[in-house]
Amino acid sequence: MIPIPRMPGLLEGPTTQVGKPVSRVDGRLKVTGAARYAGEHAIPGLLHGYVVSSAIAKGRVTRIDTGKAMAVPGVVHILTHENRPDLAWLDRKWKDQDAPKGSPLRPLYDANVSHSLQPVALVVAESFEAARLAARLVEVAYEAEPHQTSLLMNRDITFTPGKDKGGFEPPPAPRGDADAALAAAEVSVDLEFTQAAEYHNPIEMHASTVEYHPDGSLTIHDKTQGVLNCQSWVCGVFNLPKSSVRVLSPFVGGAFGSGLRPQHQLFLAVLAALALKRSVRVELSRPQMFSFGHRPETWQRVALGASRDGTLTALVHEAVQESSQAENYVEIVVNWSGQQYRCDNVRLDYRLSRLDVHTPLDQRAPGAATGVPALEVAMDELAWKLGMDPIQLRLKNYAEADPNTGKPFSSKELRACFRQGAERFGWPDHLPPPRSMRDGRELVGWGMAAGVWDAMQNPASAKATLGANGKLSIATASSDIGTGTYTVLAQVAAEVLGLETADVAVEIGDSSLPQAPIQGGSWTVSSVGSAVKAACDQLAKRLHALARDAEGSPLAGVGSVRFADGHVVAQDDPSRRMPIQQVMRAAGLPVLEEKALSVPYALGRLRHTLGTHSAVFVEVRVDAELGTVRVTRVVSAIAAGRIINPKTAGSQILGAVVWGVGMALEEEAMTDHTLGRVMNHDLAEYHVPVSADIPDIDVVFVEEHDEVVNALGAKGVGEIGIVGVPAAISNAIFHATGVRVRDLPITVDKIRAGLAALP
Amino acid sequence: MRPFSYARPDSLDGALAELAGNQGAPDASAAPVRPVAGGTNLLDLMKADVMRPTRLVDITRLALRGITETGDGGLRLGALSTNAETAWDERVRARYPLLHKAILAGASAQLRNMATNGGNILQRTRCYYFYDTATPCNKRAPGSGCGALTGVNRIHAILGASEHCIATHPSDMAVALAALDATVRVAGPGGERAIPFADFHRLPGDTPHRETTLRPEEVVTAIDLPADNLARHSTYLKARDRASYAFALVSAAVALELEDGVVRGARLALGGVAHKPWRDRDAEALLVGKAPGRAAFAAVADAVLRDAKGHGHNTFKIGLARSVIVRAFEEAAGLEPS
Amino acid sequence: MTHPPQGPIPLTLAVNGRELALHVAPWTTLLDLLRLHLDLTGTKKGCDHGQCGACTVLVDGTRINACLALAVMQDGKSVTTIEGLSRGDELHPLQAAFIEHDAFQCGYCTPGQICSAVGMLAEGHAEGPDDIREQMSGNICRCGAYPNIVRAIGEVMGAGR
Repeated sequence: MIPIPRMPGLLEGPTTQVGKPVSRVDGRLKVTGAARYAGEHAIPGLLHGYVVSSAIAKGRVTRIDTGKAMAVPGVVHILTHENRPDLAWLDRKWKDQDAPKGSPLRPLYDANVSHSLQPVALVVAESFEAARLAARLVEVAYEAEPHQTSLLMNRDITFTPGKDKGGFEPPPAPRGDADAALAAAEVSVDLEFTQAAEYHNPIEMHASTVEYHPDGSLTIHDKTQGVLNCQSWVCGVFNLPKSSVRVLSPFVGGAFGSGLRPQHQLFLAVLAALALKRSVRVELSRPQMFSFGHRPETWQRVALGASRDGTLTALVHEAVQESSQAENYVEIVVNWSGQQYRCDNVRLDYRLSRLDVHTPLDQRAPGAATGVPALEVAMDELAWKLGMDPIQLRLKNYAEADPNTGKPFSSKELRACFRQGAERFGWPDHLPPPRSMRDGRELVGWGMAAGVWDAMQNPASAKATLGANGKLSIATASSDIGTGTYTVLAQVAAEVLGLETADVAVEIGDSSLPQAPIQGGSWTVSSVGSAVKAACDQLAKRLHALARDAEGSPLAGVGSVRFADGHVVAQDDPSRRMPIQQVMRAAGLPVLEEKALSVPYALGRLRHTLGTHSAVFVEVRVDAELGTVRVTRVVSAIAAGRIINPKTAGSQILGAVVWGVGMALEEEAMTDHTLGRVMNHDLAEYHVPVSADIPDIDVVFVEEHDEVVNALGAKGVGEIGIVGVPAAISNAIFHATGVRVRDLPITVDKIRAGLAALP
Repeated sequence: MRPFSYARPDSLDGALAELAGNQGAPDASAAPVRPVAGGTNLLDLMKADVMRPTRLVDITRLALRGITETGDGGLRLGALSTNAETAWDERVRARYPLLHKAILAGASAQLRNMATNGGNILQRTRCYYFYDTATPCNKRAPGSGCGALTGVNRIHAILGASEHCIATHPSDMAVALAALDATVRVAGPGGERAIPFADFHRLPGDTPHRETTLRPEEVVTAIDLPADNLARHSTYLKARDRASYAFALVSAAVALELEDGVVRGARLALGGVAHKPWRDRDAEALLVGKAPGRAAFAAVADAVLRDAKGHGHNTFKIGLARSVIVRAFEEAAGLEPS
Repeated sequence: MTHPPQGPIPLTLAVNGRELALHVAPWTTLLDLLRLHLDLTGTKKGCDHGQCGACTVLVDGTRINACLALAVMQDGKSVTTIEGLSRGDELHPLQAAFIEHDAFQCGYCTPGQICSAVGMLAEGHAEGPDDIREQMSGNICRCGAYPNIVRAIGEVMGAGR
């Protein structure tokens, strides 16, 4: 056994703030309407921009007539590719931190149209209504070219991408001979899966308010998951110094990945502000929320071979996803399949097919939310074929070390997830046969699935400032897209310095603050939480030194202290203590400030695979005749290291389960391939779950101790909650009805077709 | 929204004077002067630039609100009573539970608080192509073609459609009103007239932009519900893509008049399947004199759907409609699952 | 026949108890009036088409979608927005319950959820969690806080009985 390297500075021992279900510190601002989002900043003389979107999917704009639009009272200017100011030309200037390999879209750069709803003009007016009206009156003529928007029609026209996007490694080389082993397997399943494209649709539509200052500098309120990403991108595209561009996003009305890359409303608002030397806001409409990144449409094949005792002998996972013509968006959906189960013969294959669509974009658990459910449905089908309980099949092939790399997991309490989840759900020792449980007109079914996501960390910085009043301020350029960042950072800081969470103020969402990564991938607590801890550790060190050296100090000569109740306390003798405020007074310091950079613990990470795990249990009821489905119970058991705040973390899991329900049953971009256009581009016809769709959801966090992942032992919970859900629902529907639908979403028409085809 | 002027008359005559200028418009829906009350569909479509009236006549100050007895045992639903007021009215609940259920199956509580009865039956299709001005639609732009016919048509019609239009009427309330044999009362320059509900909405034919028989210079004043004894054995069943706040894939309003275990009268109206709430009296008649039961209900369903035609994505609606019809009748008859 | 567009129209409105005399264009929605003219941005725009519920406000005590209401048509009425629910520092019980039960994440749909819940409780047609789920389905929460929203409202509903 390899000795596990320990994380230096690990948060150990009993905690008082970390682990507490603290209510959101930003809650009051949100429930009173006082929290202002990107499109809500009132600025004198503000102009409003409205985007004109392309009617065609591919071709060229041949003429833009703005005459009628300019005649609308209040219209100030209309920007098009014909009159736009000079812009950066080099691709690298248009790259952002989340950009995949290729050429990013340059809105209004030239006459080319590469996807439906691409912006072709921006109307700028004194009022929102005038801008919207005038946008309707801009007459655009196109020369259309043939387009391809159907993945299934282009499934065989593919290429194999490389390491084309940060955070995603190409599939590992095959091990063993999976195809031969599959052919020779005693029991096997060989299945195809398809999944519709999904749009993020945060309820706040993308908006940017650009405040233009007389000196030419800009203050930008943007809907983004990364203020620094947007700042550097704006500076690159418009050739501005960083000192002239400040980006703010203290509140973000949901994003789920849609704010990882700077979106075109930011570009257009800055373009207009610079051209007109005035403040400008651009807010997209709901249909325009279908004009950019999305979870890509996917085709997959999963084939599993096993011996009769359930030992996996072959695993093949192939996937083809859509990308755009200009960029290689990858999310390598197959890799987790090589990691989740022990198997000697594995072949993983991932390809892209270029379509005339906007480049896809990370959406909650990108890759895993697509690939893992396919694997987990295949495991369920194999279990039924083997006559084995699906949990037992998973335990039989449980991977103690990462089969892709041979490295141990830094921690993996998936067994506990199975056990505790099953117990909470009431999972039986022997699952009744499919289509055997009926309640009135409904067929009842139970399904389960496992989930996995990576526990990533990025370098991050934070500043901690202790005031004479004993209050602590934390500052970092991170964001809180609803994840609870404000609250958990306050808890971490309070923990280190022995304060109450309420004594900590957190400032985020500002590009002038210390560096933090874009918020995504479930890495914020890991990255930024570690930075906050590091900054507070440094503060603690200084306070210790100051306390020891203070005149007449009760802590004179004390080598080891802890922090509790606003005091510096001798580790061995709680009666020797000194209030923090007194320490600062004694030292004559009104303010103590420390800034720290935290970096991933490279040695430990190099030697381990780090991930979060889950087991999801679902009950569905399917109307036997109509084919309609209700999800009636969900238990989600999560292993994600230390949970800083079970209340906000619990909400992350709840929300992700709701996303899983949407993915399994409702969400589908319906494209008219003749027009190359998503037609259900609104919230009436692109269905996301409503309250009536969602039962009570039981979230279980299992104990998991991790000394490698970071100094907090916390892995992050934003993505893991969705990963197993679509498979568990699909498996439950099979158990209820005997019908397998391998094409997401599982809508009533597909279930009915399956019911009709039953013997 | 295109700019428009606004008037707020305080009498029906004042409103009719405003609407008089609409004479000659091809259809009320395309007239330059539009009455507005709840506004939930009109403003939605004006923002989408699908409807472009030049003048809105706010009729909310007219005395058309309230639910009253008709004198012959029926109820008169004021055109300006909201959907919510109507659904929760005690008399509606007791005497027309089908209507109560249908209204509450539609839209959201907020929209039902705004939307009026008159506006509900005049609401326009949810066809994706109708809403998207960058695409062809014979209803929105006559002669431009029908995008849905060969495009995305999951939510489209399987009955009574034409090669020019396969849009559906989206209302739930109207389906119940069709089953209840309601009458639409309208006022115009020539006075009042009553339109049987079955004649109120049109089929698309080659003029899908003509949606109702309401004249452009008329305004809906009330909807009359006749006295009946259908309340005991009636229901509204809606199949949709999520549990609430979604339009019907298929819905059915059914009612049975049962006497000594025999059907004396039957009503069936379908929603989500056609350009108008779909009634088929010949099919309903098949039930009369029969004992309520699965086979009899299935025979009605087969008869209603004999000419049903799918267009690809929506073909599943034919089978779904059959299941919904049978189930709705079973529920109305109080039959338990076998 | 067409009609020339019209300039601003006088309008009196009580917003959160404050009487206002305004002039608005006929095509200005109540939502845009609140957000853009009165700077009451607590009422949110999530779709502008009555499909999400983020703009829910109370007009004469009834919950409606402000995005589909013309401002001029509210003449003489009383509008309550999220900014008008608390009394000074004292939160409305629903606001407090939303914080306690973590009934939101990003917070963007939250004002609409809370105003909708106030309206729903006043309507008095909800008796249990299933009724709350159905009658709150006009407010989409993309973060998926529904179970906690139902709990928060259920607690206040229970306390009111």
